[in-house]
Amino acid sequence: MTEIYMPRLSDTMEEGVISSWAKQVGDKVSPGDVLMEIETDKAVMEYEAYDEGYLIEQSVSEGDTVPIGAVIGVLGDSPDATPPKRDTEAAAPAQEGAAAQEAQPQQGAPTQPAESAAETAAPSAPAGDGAPRPRTSPLARRLAKEYGLDIEQIPGSGPKGRVVRADIEEAAKQREEQPAVAPAPAAAAPAAPAAQQPVEDGRDSEEVPVSNIRRVTARRLSEVKQGVPHFYLRRTIDAEALREFRSQINAQLEGTGSKVSFNDLIVKAAATVLRRHPQVNSSWVNDTMLHHNRINIGVAVAVDAGLVVPVVHDADKLPVSEIAERSRELAGKARDGKLKPQEMSGGTFSVSNMGMLGVDSFAAVINPPEAAILAVGAMRQEPVVRDGEIVARHTIALELSVDHRAVDGAVGAAFLKELAEVLEQPMRIVV
Amino acid sequence: MSVITYRQALRDTLRAEMHRDENVFAMGEEIGVFEGSYKITEGLLKEFGERRVRDTPIAEEGFVGAAIGASMLGLRPVVEVMTINFSLLALDQIVNHAAKIYGMFGGQNSVPMVIRTPGGGGQQLGATHSQNIELYYSFVPGLKVIAPSTPADAAAMLRAAIRDNDPVLLLENLGLYNSKGEVPDDDDSVAEIGRAAVTREGNDITIIGYSRMAMIASQVAENLADEGINAEVIDLRSLRPLDRETIVESVSKTGSAVVAEDDWLTYGIGAEIAATIQEGAFDWLDAPVRRVAMAEVPLPYAKPLETAALPSAESLTTAVHETLRAVGRRVG
Repeated sequence: MTEIYMPRLSDTMEEGVISSWAKQVGDKVSPGDVLMEIETDKAVMEYEAYDEGYLIEQSVSEGDTVPIGAVIGVLGDSPDATPPKRDTEAAAPAQEGAAAQEAQPQQGAPTQPAESAAETAAPSAPAGDGAPRPRTSPLARRLAKEYGLDIEQIPGSGPKGRVVRADIEEAAKQREEQPAVAPAPAAAAPAAPAAQQPVEDGRDSEEVPVSNIRRVTARRLSEVKQGVPHFYLRRTIDAEALREFRSQINAQLEGTGSKVSFNDLIVKAAATVLRRHPQVNSSWVNDTMLHHNRINIGVAVAVDAGLVVPVVHDADKLPVSEIAERSRELAGKARDGKLKPQEMSGGTFSVSNMGMLGVDSFAAVINPPEAAILAVGAMRQEPVVRDGEIVARHTIALELSVDHRAVDGAVGAAFLKELAEVLEQPMRIVV
Repeated sequence: MSVITYRQALRDTLRAEMHRDENVFAMGEEIGVFEGSYKITEGLLKEFGERRVRDTPIAEEGFVGAAIGASMLGLRPVVEVMTINFSLLALDQIVNHAAKIYGMFGGQNSVPMVIRTPGGGGQQLGATHSQNIELYYSFVPGLKVIAPSTPADAAAMLRAAIRDNDPVLLLENLGLYNSKGEVPDDDDSVAEIGRAAVTREGNDITIIGYSRMAMIASQVAENLADEGINAEVIDLRSLRPLDRETIVESVSKTGSAVVAEDDWLTYGIGAEIAATIQEGAFDWLDAPVRRVAMAEVPLPYAKPLETAALPSAESLTTAVHETLRAVGRRVG
């Protein structure tokens, strides 16, 4: 008997909707088989089985929303096995016997080892990828599993940041409270008749069913705009050289099927300049400032269900042509709802371009935990004073939204100044 | 129910057992005419005579060996070893004979002997007379080691020891002899050897102690209650057999534990308790198990140094506070 839990498919996911079941009760399931499609706050994803067996319960119906960690289905050994009763309590602990010793040598203080003494003797073991494993108490790990929380996402309040029971319970409580905005009406998702009822508010309104992505986007945007103190820096750049530069690149690429857009050049320029402005490539999280060593640029893409921000990782290290290809691939996946969680996470800075929609300039909402987002307006021919003469030049209006907790005005301005200079002398993008 | 001292509880019980069973007799250094260095055997010589209250030479190996022989022939000796420090002189008799005879001779002979002996520092008796070496015996299969911390337990556990058919070392403590507590009158109940007692129930943290430190643990828990900390206290009462179940059950509930022991930290009783907890309650542990023990030095004679070296209510309270802080409680 294996219970299947609502997985965490993205770092901001708190709940998911079972879009559709691919397996029916009684079906045989092998590892790798698609069990269901799950809609998260960012995408619709196929969810595969890890275990072998027969699906003996669809614990959640199609269209229903459940939190991470909730049981969504049960695999049994035979097609007619009976699903277990919920609320299983762990068996009583074995109290004696062959202890599986994981003990680390503990060269303690001679008398009363304060925790620190014991802990310094045990260096934190790096996990496989070289990142330090978070300190967690056994109880916290067990509770996190029970609650279906990812313990690595939970800040620890214990000694040296150890995650303890109190942290898990706090995280679980927060999860309980947060979805209050969304999940209640979630049951009334797509075809629920209630959603079609006109709302009697004198405006002849009717409630329209919304996707999970829309709901989560709405909630997060409210949180961001209320919780992150934004300020805005505007600057218009002369884009003549950039136009010329792009033409040259695309001439070179002719026949390869690749093409570089202005946005690709702006992404690359931003990444290059961020390398010299680490304060902008940062996050303000839990009263702590993080400077990120990697430069991962999110590129906002509008899709039918809402807004998604796939990430071009290590954009500062990629040639412009690769950024172009990668952006196009990600945008395509975004429109098809096929982005993988890792393709939407880890961003350190974002670029949002509404130029193709004819917008002159706009102020974007920061995509946390990033500290800034660059809003790019349309390229326009404008009368510009140049050497005392009014001339027609192509220009682009840039507007940088900045998290004032992480970045001060002068720091943001210096970044934007250098970005403008690089875009006006675009050879600097590549050299 | 009467309120009597730990000393009185032992004396009354020994006397009652000698009345109950004529095979029960006492032997040891200066227990007769001098009525015992700690007066546990006060009045017994007059009451029972020289045959049943025997003063021995200062020769621990000899009189413990004699007691083992007597017990193999059907008597029930209650041997007083003046302090546990002197039991080292009888170590071979206790470890290689008392503990082994039942097993090595295929169960033909039991050794229903009791060794009563006090441990404990704090009396300015110097390094050789202030030790807590009950661990040496707790380590040995074939022995039972019990350590009552209250007058009521002293009575019920001495009774149990005398009536038990295996060799039992009953650990007393110099610091407990004058402690008072309620003891049932005319009681004939026998404590179960190998059972710890939850002497105070609580959910926040488990404090585990035995002998004098069990008493200190109860005092500390009462004071912690004033701070809103609800500590559970376990008095081990028996060091062998060890009641692992009660320990694991408690820590599974509270998620953290501090062990208070009067012996030295390294390889001490607390190490065994900590191992028991991680084996049985690993998934319930929210913080490392802390141990509060004696400083790893021969106990100094000078009063300030002696006091500093011994575990105390203060050091136990500090360890509890630190452990609770580690699990996110705002304390102290």
